Amino acid sequence: METRELICIGCPMGCPLKVEMENGEVVSVSGNTCKRGDVYARKEVTNPTRIVTSSVIVEGGSLAAVSVKTKEDIPKGKIFDIMKELKGVKVNAPVHIGDVILSNVAGTGVDIIATKNVL
Amino acid sequence: MLNYDIVIIGGGPAGLAAAVSAKRSGVESILVLERDKELGGILNQCIHNGFGLHTFKEELTGPEYAGRFIEQLLEEKIEYRLNTMVMDIAPNKVVTAMNREDGMFEIQAKAIILAMGCRERSRGALNIPGYRPAGIYSAGTAQRLVNMEGYMPGREVVILGSGDIGLIMARRMTLEGAKVKVVAELMPYSGGLKRNIVQCLDDYGIPLKLSHTVVDIEGKERVEAITIAEVGPDRRPIPGTEERYTCDTLLLSCGLIPENELSRSLEVEMSPVTSGPLVNECLETNVEGVFACGNVLHVHDLVDFVSEEASAAGKHAAEYVKNGAKHAETGAKDIPIVATEGARYTVPKTINPDRMDEKHTVRFRVGDVYKNCYVSVYLNDERVIHKKRPVVAPGEMEEVVLKKEELAAFSGLSQITVKIEEA
Repeated sequence: METRELICIGCPMGCPLKVEMENGEVVSVSGNTCKRGDVYARKEVTNPTRIVTSSVIVEGGSLAAVSVKTKEDIPKGKIFDIMKELKGVKVNAPVHIGDVILSNVAGTGVDIIATKNVL
Repeated sequence: MLNYDIVIIGGGPAGLAAAVSAKRSGVESILVLERDKELGGILNQCIHNGFGLHTFKEELTGPEYAGRFIEQLLEEKIEYRLNTMVMDIAPNKVVTAMNREDGMFEIQAKAIILAMGCRERSRGALNIPGYRPAGIYSAGTAQRLVNMEGYMPGREVVILGSGDIGLIMARRMTLEGAKVKVVAELMPYSGGLKRNIVQCLDDYGIPLKLSHTVVDIEGKERVEAITIAEVGPDRRPIPGTEERYTCDTLLLSCGLIPENELSRSLEVEMSPVTSGPLVNECLETNVEGVFACGNVLHVHDLVDFVSEEASAAGKHAAEYVKNGAKHAETGAKDIPIVATEGARYTVPKTINPDRMDEKHTVRFRVGDVYKNCYVSVYLNDERVIHKKRPVVAPGEMEEVVLKKEELAAFSGLSQITVKIEEA
């Protein structure tokens, strides 16, 4: 039996979680005070994902850069591949919240979208 | 002189929510004054996600969260002026402001909402020894440079202080190719949210050294190395524990201080604990018709709570405009809320059982980390709330909910006490 200790990030409580695993399968989760802790722990030990946020240069707008994010969670292991693809990306103003800046970033099937209006 | 019913100082998350709420409470004449070239305040540079879980039931980035409120402000057709610096607020509620188009101008307000936010504690306020080379930034300045201006402040970074902005910047600089060598924290616990320690430091293998501080900065033109040392319980460096890190950048994330120069000149009574105004449950200061909300009142961890607090301030300011001083008239007297034994302060500082809503959330911070403790509330000497908590920490704001029914029914109520009791 393998034990992994995590800190829940579901809310500011930060519950200390203990996950018991056997052959890559979750046997039990303890330490959580709500359902979200259980869901987070199971996902974090089997398929950890993150939202990646960054900013890219915008030309001809009122600001020098526009903030962006992955529209959905991406596998944690892909974070640096995504940052690499974002390097050097430039867009032209106007940009609106939700506009697709890069589609299918780093082969994740997830788009990079703008999170700010730059007119 | 211009005339407005409500003038709001600051167009960040607090000012925006206060303005929208005041308008929806029936006041037409509202003006928001913002120092920056756009609305949204600090949210514009907080491009990471995690905002809005309470307000919108989804996770947004800072600019998206601000965008939602800016949209509401525009829909409500609320007036605002950008690039406008407020110079003074006189006790008769005349606001003196200036900008490039209008020059210096005055506004007579009926009510004022203070929503100026806070500033970062600077190197000068921290008394760090060593040279004064380039390459020393507050974490927030670095955040603005990287996220909004498109500049990288440096390549090899040491961070002093584990406040949330410092943690967020440790990740951000790492993603942009910098090497963050260490985060040093003076206290034996982090000042940031758990979630940020996990996702900004642990995810990237960045060490967090608790009970450590910077004891030397090397480099004449540019930072060349930083020396940190462990500190004892007296928070003084322990000789022989020094570790030297070569680097070109030092970021400081050592606390936020409400920006209350304007409040002080207005003779608003201040809390020495929060450095923000003392307010009643209407969020009104001792100066009648002057309200405060957001980080100018007390530093928050979650913007959702800023919006909630600011909405209440907007609503009460609107009631003041409509009813004058009568808005606060009540049959009962204001009851002081005393924070003691682990609780450092409360917002509000007083509550009126007659005037309050059915339920009122009192927010506070603790002074240390307590495990397996109880958050307790006493009406006079009678304990009415005894809530078990696995852990409370100074970095995470706590709350208790007071019930009107309970307060009103308590005869001879003269004091409410909030404290931490160990199991």
